[in-house]
Amino acid sequence: MDKKSLEQKALAVRQDIIREVYYAGSGHPGGSLSCADILTVLFFDEMNIDPKKPNLKTRDKFVISKGHAAPCLYAVMAERGYFKTEELKTLRKYGSRLQGHPSMLSLPCLDMSSGSLGQGISVATGMALANKTDNNPGRVYSIVGDGELQEGLVWEAVMAAAHYQLSNLCLFVDNNGLQIDGPNDKVMKVKPIDKKFAAFNWNVIKCDGHDVVDIKKALAAARKCKDKPSVIIAKTHKGMGVSFMKDNVGWHGKACNKEQAIEALKELGGEL
Amino acid sequence: MADKIATRDSFSKFLVDYGRTHKNLVVMNADVSASTQTKAFENTYPDRFFNAGIAEQDMMGIATGLAHSGKTVITSAFVLFATGRAFEVVRNAICYTKANVKICASHAGLSVGADGATHQAIEDFALMCSLPNMIVVNPADDVSARKLLKQACEINGPAYVRLGRAAVPVLYNEKQKITLGKALKLREGTDATIIATGTMVNPALEAADKLAKEGIKVRVLDMHTIKPIDKKAIIAAAKETKCIVTAEEHTIFGGLGSIVASVVAENCPVPMKIIGIKDTFGESGEPDKLLKKYGLSASDIIKAVKGLKK
Repeated sequence: MDKKSLEQKALAVRQDIIREVYYAGSGHPGGSLSCADILTVLFFDEMNIDPKKPNLKTRDKFVISKGHAAPCLYAVMAERGYFKTEELKTLRKYGSRLQGHPSMLSLPCLDMSSGSLGQGISVATGMALANKTDNNPGRVYSIVGDGELQEGLVWEAVMAAAHYQLSNLCLFVDNNGLQIDGPNDKVMKVKPIDKKFAAFNWNVIKCDGHDVVDIKKALAAARKCKDKPSVIIAKTHKGMGVSFMKDNVGWHGKACNKEQAIEALKELGGEL
Repeated sequence: MADKIATRDSFSKFLVDYGRTHKNLVVMNADVSASTQTKAFENTYPDRFFNAGIAEQDMMGIATGLAHSGKTVITSAFVLFATGRAFEVVRNAICYTKANVKICASHAGLSVGADGATHQAIEDFALMCSLPNMIVVNPADDVSARKLLKQACEINGPAYVRLGRAAVPVLYNEKQKITLGKALKLREGTDATIIATGTMVNPALEAADKLAKEGIKVRVLDMHTIKPIDKKAIIAAAKETKCIVTAEEHTIFGGLGSIVASVVAENCPVPMKIIGIKDTFGESGEPDKLLKKYGLSASDIIKAVKGLKK
């Protein structure tokens, strides 16, 4: 998909995120806006998927390890045609298929449930291992937050993926530098992320996580690597797209009130 | 004297047999392949064995990914680390998504012996039974271990199987019908019932046989499935024998005794004694000495039965 169309899709996804979290009255807008461009490129350009055949064995799979960015995942999947965008209004409500953190049993088109940090990348490693064992051409994509790198399980999985030479696994690090209690640098330093992954024998790629062309380039480079898993360290901004949320950790897990939602949507060229 | 076989060896044999006809069976271990006996499978089907290294959490996560890709996955490690260290991954990745993963772990209870308290898992039933979608099995001998492992593998979903390190007498012949979720009656009796599981089944039989000589006729049930528990057998025991002693190599909090007591209390209240490890850790030592010190011997069971009959 061309640059302009991808940017338009990402904009629609950002509008959806603001509306979803506003109607839910709770949720995680900051980290959802931060990874909106990455997920848009994955679902609209990179991945071999068909919303009409969500269980096809050879499909590419996606595991959102930072499961709290569920509003972004749901928005991208709705825009891609997995379900109607109308359903986004049900997020976090009683009886909804759109659980606060993704649940594959309530929403079967998901490849995995997530929400407990560090687990998604471990499960994605298992999926990639299965595909490699079965000579299944499907690739496996995942995304972790940079704060999530503090979870020990992430590094257990990173070690295993390199050990089994899972070149069919591609992991994004949503590197916005912020976590609930403040900047990573203050809470628990995760730098240098690139050198850590390189030392674990991964193929390390960097990109601007808000430039769809740069994200596409990074993904193409990942696909070229045939003997190592790839990590794409994407420089991002928490709350990207909404001026009063950008780089503001206060919007990690807080919904807009009506006035704020209207203001945010206005900035994104949409309305409530 | 009956043959003695450790259930971890039964597991080893089962894996090689089952793997022959079930090509989607894959096995994982966390660097204890020789101890928990997945080595034979690894040697026979090297392309279907994956070592996770000393990383039980990641083993459970990877197993979930393999399971959601169509595999039947066996994960094996020491009980304490498979169920304790990895608990939250077992909960959120395996059980919450109903992943087809069977956790088959060995080295539980005080009978681990010399390694001491850090390796003597005595809380695995409580942990695993607390998880929705989980089946919990604790076979007492070779035949029941192999039969129950097969049934657990034929259910599409999570299961936990506790395996033993020490050789134990073979209780059943190959023709014995053994069904997941159904207790096996090893002795008939009307004066009391001993409901035992795993390594405590043999001390329970010894106790029942000694009591029989004194004219006390005790029913003995092998409760190999802790979850779902066989309520019918428990209620029948309460009604027909009027008192129950449970015996397990597990803490008294949240294991067989607790579960049986809740069934009894809700359906047919009768006096009970719960034999298990009190609120304490174990220690290094010969298994026999430890079981005696911590109140898990046949004579402790006899004392409990007599206490109820007073």
